Amino acid sequence: MSTDILIEASDLTKTYFSRRGLLGRPTAVHAVDGVSLAVAPGTTLGIVGESGSGKSTTGRLLLGLEAPSAGHVRFEGEPMPALETAEWRKYRARMQLVFQDPLAALDRRLAIGAQIGEPLEIHNIGTQAERRERVLTLLQAVGLRRDQETSYPHELSGGQRQRVVIARAIASDPQLLVCDEPVSALDVSIQAQVVNLLRDLQETRGITMVFISHDLKVVRNISDRVAVMYLGRIVEEASSDEIFSTPLHPYTRALVSSVPVPGTALKDRIVLQGEPPNPAARPAGCAFHPRCAVAIARCRAETPALLAVGSGRKAACHLVGGDQPAGVTNNIGSVETLVEAASTQTSASP
Amino acid sequence: MSLVEISNLTVAFNGMRVLHGIDLAIEKGEAVGLVGESGCGKSVTWLAALGLLPRKATVGGSVRLGDRQLVGASRTTLESMRGSRIAMIFQDPSSSLNPVIRAGRQIAEAVELHRGLTGKAARFEAIRLMELVGIPDATRRFDNFPHEFSGGQNQRLMIAMALSGNPDLLVADEPTTALDATIQAQILDLLISIRAETGMAIVFISHDLGAVSQVCERVCVMYAGRVVEMCSTEALFLEPRHPYTRGLFDAIPSLDGGRERMAPIPGTVPQPGRLPGGCAFAPRCGRTSELCHNSLPQLVDLSNDRAAACFHPLGDGATVAVPNVAKARQGATVA
Repeated sequence: MSTDILIEASDLTKTYFSRRGLLGRPTAVHAVDGVSLAVAPGTTLGIVGESGSGKSTTGRLLLGLEAPSAGHVRFEGEPMPALETAEWRKYRARMQLVFQDPLAALDRRLAIGAQIGEPLEIHNIGTQAERRERVLTLLQAVGLRRDQETSYPHELSGGQRQRVVIARAIASDPQLLVCDEPVSALDVSIQAQVVNLLRDLQETRGITMVFISHDLKVVRNISDRVAVMYLGRIVEEASSDEIFSTPLHPYTRALVSSVPVPGTALKDRIVLQGEPPNPAARPAGCAFHPRCAVAIARCRAETPALLAVGSGRKAACHLVGGDQPAGVTNNIGSVETLVEAASTQTSASP
Repeated sequence: MSLVEISNLTVAFNGMRVLHGIDLAIEKGEAVGLVGESGCGKSVTWLAALGLLPRKATVGGSVRLGDRQLVGASRTTLESMRGSRIAMIFQDPSSSLNPVIRAGRQIAEAVELHRGLTGKAARFEAIRLMELVGIPDATRRFDNFPHEFSGGQNQRLMIAMALSGNPDLLVADEPTTALDATIQAQILDLLISIRAETGMAIVFISHDLGAVSQVCERVCVMYAGRVVEMCSTEALFLEPRHPYTRGLFDAIPSLDGGRERMAPIPGTVPQPGRLPGGCAFAPRCGRTSELCHNSLPQLVDLSNDRAAACFHPLGDGATVAVPNVAKARQGATVA
């Protein structure tokens, strides 16, 4: 198990408590609710979902930056040590996080060379001279110039700042990189540069990546496997090719069809009605059923489990049969039926 | 006559030029997309047109709305235009709404201002607008505060407010950028249906070529404070002629493509104070000649309904293979 899986999460749950007003009774918010996943070394798992789906919390739980309320994470087969302990700190060097907003992630008053070198100091890697040489190598590895070592974050463009954040993240030679919306704040032409950089680093250093984003097109391009999250749960997981060419779960289908593709008309899209529900007021049964065009009575009562469908893919939907002979056939029908069902739903709603 | 006619519009902040002469006409009822990366001047163009820029900005050129000149117009003239002739919505709806005033009240206030309705009549009209933009149970939700609505619903409220003055033109500045994919689809649909119902023109400002193509018939691509290509959406997607437009298409990964390497545009957008001599895109362009670095290409008509500012536009002569539709969509590089 430990040989073909770098990081594995089983039944991860994170519950926050929030209260309305000073004296209100605390209500439980299940940000992440029973997430299980595994990432093979050197591959990329994409996690997509709307805001509030728990994708970022999942990333933080994987890194051990937050303690799960239930469930556990195993890194190379070993359980993650408890938060803030000495062993936990050792793990920090082996897994790193890349944030969305590079300006917020960098110290404005510190030259970028010093910031990139910081993980080396913290984890006591190399002598001072070695560290300096390492920083210069890292600058080059992420496509910056060696003389930019003394630049400050404000002197760099957004794309260059994200390169600095990436250089800092890979300074301690981590095996796992969790990227949380790493290119969302960047312009289109720069996004592609940063995505290519991440792929190059993965190839040359064999880094395993968890790539969290709401941008399906970027996730499609960079991921080997993709997990779709909705209200704290994984609703579908498959290889990147399969999930975008033949999405099974009604939510994934809507998500894939909602991506505006240059040059295609608006029709034939499944426009979901309603808003993503509040994690604090999770609907009973399948959390997606209030927005689902094909929901049946069972969906309102019973939460569907994430079950294997065919080979190597999973879906959590009562209407996607796991025991059917053809493997990927399902009871939902074609996308056209879904579009039709969605539009009937629109006309029926007041 | 065009609804809005912008000619040679320039904007400078503290003496530094950011907009270098924009010519753009918006016809009655049409939807035009303004596309470009951050800092290209797509938002500044319309903030300048509506007199919404801070005082340190110097605006030159002309923006005509009917027979009115908006550049340098008095505050009262501008205020009589804003909202009732041209309305604008922004990227982040929650920061455009007042958090301590009930949402319905804010829309009713706009109705009172633009339509002269008061009391019950204004309230009734505000509820009608909320229903028009798809807020369910509008009567009951009239008294809710903005934070009690979701991000998508806040954007709907902003659209309702923009519609309160029956404007001839709605300028939507990145209206879906802060929203989730499924909600973005809803708002795009809403904009299209509202345009069909009211017949108003839409200027859709976005960095998302996909979103623009769904709403607009015509697209204007901007780079470093200039329009570099302008044509119908269909023609642009079929065959981009400016290398920058082409680069933008190539940089977008496609959903039906595989894991092939992405094709970014090398380098970065030049800063306003440090524009290269000649074409601003030349340092990032793969088709440059001596000419590009020394002189500035003007926006010229290449064919009817198509203009580009480039000395060596793509598809010019037999030197470059014309990309077919499928290739343009998949973002394949020039063969």
